[in-house]
Amino acid sequence: MTFINYASREINCKIVYYGPGLGGKTTNLQYIYDSTAAQSKGKLISLATETDRTLFFDFLPLDLGTVRGFKTRFHLYTVPGQVFYDASRKLILKGVDGVVFVADSQRERMDANVESLYNLELNLKQHGYELDKLPYVVQFNKRDLPNIVSYEDLKSELVRNGEPIFESVANRGIGVFETLKAVAKQVLMELRKNSGG
Amino acid sequence: MTTPVVMYEQEYEQLKNVITRLCADANAKFVFLVDKSGQQIAAHGEMLNLDTTSLASLTAGNVAATDGLAHLIGERGFPVLSHEGERDHMYISKVASHIILVVIFDERSSLGLVRLRVKRATGEMTSIFESIDSKVARERDVGVGFDSPFAEITEDDIEALFN
Repeated sequence: MTFINYASREINCKIVYYGPGLGGKTTNLQYIYDSTAAQSKGKLISLATETDRTLFFDFLPLDLGTVRGFKTRFHLYTVPGQVFYDASRKLILKGVDGVVFVADSQRERMDANVESLYNLELNLKQHGYELDKLPYVVQFNKRDLPNIVSYEDLKSELVRNGEPIFESVANRGIGVFETLKAVAKQVLMELRKNSGG
Repeated sequence: MTTPVVMYEQEYEQLKNVITRLCADANAKFVFLVDKSGQQIAAHGEMLNLDTTSLASLTAGNVAATDGLAHLIGERGFPVLSHEGERDHMYISKVASHIILVVIFDERSSLGLVRLRVKRATGEMTSIFESIDSKVARERDVGVGFDSPFAEITEDDIEALFN
């Protein structure tokens, strides 16, 4: 839920990275954290298991700069991708302003992508949101691996309504900022629309 | 997208006054307000270099998780959470429908005192949040919307953020 503070002249928005387990959500945040200047970022919080699997969420606050005199800050969250953490995933979607779906391009993860996307729609509905009315982009990750599904097949399985698609290799940063920029842009344009602009 | 949470200067000052007084009355080290989605609203206290942004997001996660637990056992929620550390303790309670109040205190205070002072301050804060809600509703009704800085944002403004 966007928070507009006229007293401190700040706007905060919440973006959630969703997708199947081991798909690269945390890697996206880690790359953004590693590549951002110290003054523009807060601490990267990872609530993970001992084997580095996300347990509850990762969180990265990011200052993008000033728009019309207001400091614009994005709070980036990931959800735990593993199927049995569904209760946690649902909680993290509360107050979301924009969603990035990180799909794993590997052939053997196709079912997991489809299941996770279905789960996203279901969990959003329980918060009263609809995926096609939210700022939303899809990222096809791990495009450097040999055993991947073609762009067209991923598109026909996972893309619903002409949402922007980005091909990525998150651990090398390819497509990471493009994805973030696209969802942030949609969030800000949505704010404009809602404020009569 | 849901309606944004808005904080106006007048109400912000009122809230700051309430939490400043609460911090003193409860002998607390730090008091802050956060909304349920993890956005920090206001803070006051003596804990320097405290990462309040992370504190806000983890508090919201904590409250959301315990609410989830409450639902599992057939409760509507747990209105109060209390964490006891070796030196510092946290008292977390809900204010209005979507706001969380956190008080951090040490041996100079006690859970009983904090609870008592929070109860009084909660009433004051609830009416301030109600006043914000009715102001937002009034502006929406007359069709002006709040004076959003984003009403005239351009694609160039957004591009500039990423350069």
